[in-house]
Amino acid sequence: MKRSREKIVKWLLIGITVIFLLFMLVLPMVEVIYRALKDGLETYKTALTAKNTLSALRVTLIATVIALTVNTILGIIMAWQVTKFDFKGKNILSTLIDIPFSISPVIAGLAFIMTFGRSGWAKPVIDGINNALGTDIVLVFSVPAVVLATIFVTFPFISREIIPILHAQGRTEEEAAALMGASGMTIFRKVTFPHIKWGLVYGMILCTARAFGEFGAVYAVSKARGKTFTLPLEVDALYMSGTADSITQAFAVSSLLVGMAVIVLILKNIVEYRGKSKKSV
Amino acid sequence: MYVEMKGICKKFGNYEAAKNISFDIEKGKLVALLGPSGSGKTTILRILAGLETQDEGDVIIEGKVINDIPASKRGIGFVFQNYALFRYMTVYDNIAFGLKVQKMSKEKVHERVMEMISLIGLCGLEKRYPDQLSGGQRQRVAFARAIAPNPQLLLLDEPFAAIDAKVRKELRSWLKEMIRKVGITSIFVTHDQEEAVEVADDIIIINEGNLEQMGTPSEIYKHPETPFVANFIGTSIVLSDLSGFKGFEEIEKGKKVIVRPEFVEAFKSDNKKFHDLIPAAEEGVIEKIEFRGSYLEVTLKVGDVRLVTNRSLERRSISVGEKMYVLLHRIYVFDEGTAQRYKNSLLKDVDIELM
Repeated sequence: MKRSREKIVKWLLIGITVIFLLFMLVLPMVEVIYRALKDGLETYKTALTAKNTLSALRVTLIATVIALTVNTILGIIMAWQVTKFDFKGKNILSTLIDIPFSISPVIAGLAFIMTFGRSGWAKPVIDGINNALGTDIVLVFSVPAVVLATIFVTFPFISREIIPILHAQGRTEEEAAALMGASGMTIFRKVTFPHIKWGLVYGMILCTARAFGEFGAVYAVSKARGKTFTLPLEVDALYMSGTADSITQAFAVSSLLVGMAVIVLILKNIVEYRGKSKKSV
Repeated sequence: MYVEMKGICKKFGNYEAAKNISFDIEKGKLVALLGPSGSGKTTILRILAGLETQDEGDVIIEGKVINDIPASKRGIGFVFQNYALFRYMTVYDNIAFGLKVQKMSKEKVHERVMEMISLIGLCGLEKRYPDQLSGGQRQRVAFARAIAPNPQLLLLDEPFAAIDAKVRKELRSWLKEMIRKVGITSIFVTHDQEEAVEVADDIIIINEGNLEQMGTPSEIYKHPETPFVANFIGTSIVLSDLSGFKGFEEIEKGKKVIVRPEFVEAFKSDNKKFHDLIPAAEEGVIEKIEFRGSYLEVTLKVGDVRLVTNRSLERRSISVGEKMYVLLHRIYVFDEGTAQRYKNSLLKDVDIELM
């Protein structure tokens, strides 16, 4: 009796999960691909090679690569100092790292405009730098603005992946290495890095996925289609135009993002698998 | 003196981990820092290694003040409580780490590592990772890793704490032998008095950040200088009123008295050997008998007081409820932080050391 009831519960729960995932995730994804290819491969190709799409792809890739690089370096530094040192205000700092998780991205984007925009308090500083260096950096409604917004939204991913690993590992291995006279860099390379390697790669994958798909923060600071739009913004713009063609194009561009997401998911699974099998050695 | 600590003070927030600690250690000695957990002994070890910085005081090695020398330059070997082996390195690479850091040639590193591996008796396991070793093997590797670069001083933090009781005893004598063989001045931290007594030449007893006493194990055992030491070393019973006991009438009521099992003798009324001592003995009743492997631990009730004595298995059998004579031949009395040995006044003419 008891066994069969357990079985019913088991299959019931599995059933609910499967139905939920099917309707909420799988079918919409399939719908995107179906809509994208509905008018034939030719239309699909045209949509993907349109000037605006290529520009959006370029901006997305630039933002992602820079955000990933910056966040990897910053993420390691932040995780390191939060776990390996004791200082006053450490808890506050470690809470601050999480702000992008808890704040709406649109607000983050608007905050950037308020800070660096025409009437923002940091505007004179930027102007000063531009004057001194002879550069022409604009931090709102520009590609650098998109990059900054993307960095902001994605920066906790890497440090949040590494912090628990460093916490669990403790400090004694580093102390042991330091006592033997190893330099900070050697300690990091030989002792710490092997511990965080897979966590770091995992964090980088999550960071990439989020950077590809970010909409809200980027939407706030990017207004020029074909210049500063990213793929998600381009999809939105195409869809909002409302013609039958543009809607198909919107789905075509969306399918690009879906494809990137699938690649990231596969990578993530490979990393998780390798990370696990490595641990059990 | 080889290693000196002078007036070391260290606070963590409001917690005083070391209060004016001073001691000297001779070259080649194996010294135990003994104390209950949270007594500050590990902090002292870490200050010595340079992993913590003292608020006040000097750390001196071979006559040189090394306060400002960072841990990495002190040339001290350290074995951590959980060994802290590099998890992603093989046994070989763990031991080789400190040598490679010193930019030793590859051949020399190999030679030294193999020498260490054969010293610790782990030949053939050099390609293993720490996860693939038993607790005892890990400890051996940690020891080899610490001494491979030839440090002048070896510090060990609770080196046996993470090992199960069975292997621990074996490892203790192994470690003692190794340290003798290598001839390195060593200090180890432990909370286990048995361990300290068995392994160390000298014991430093730490309690609540204070140095209570330093001396050889037998000195500390025979002449405890503070109530804490008397209580901590050996098994002791603390009493506050002995006024009813024959031979101790002059001990003031309320003074802290410590009695060890070896200060108590219990004998049957027809025992010929102790017959002459009956006037100095009290009458008691056996309350509990516990078998301790090589002896019996006997709890006797004398008036309102419970006393414990150890009884050889060679002696006549006894049973709970049996009446016995209980002779208290010696006690420790504590007065304002100092400990005094006190002999039963009725035994003045008897040499109790001969009993």
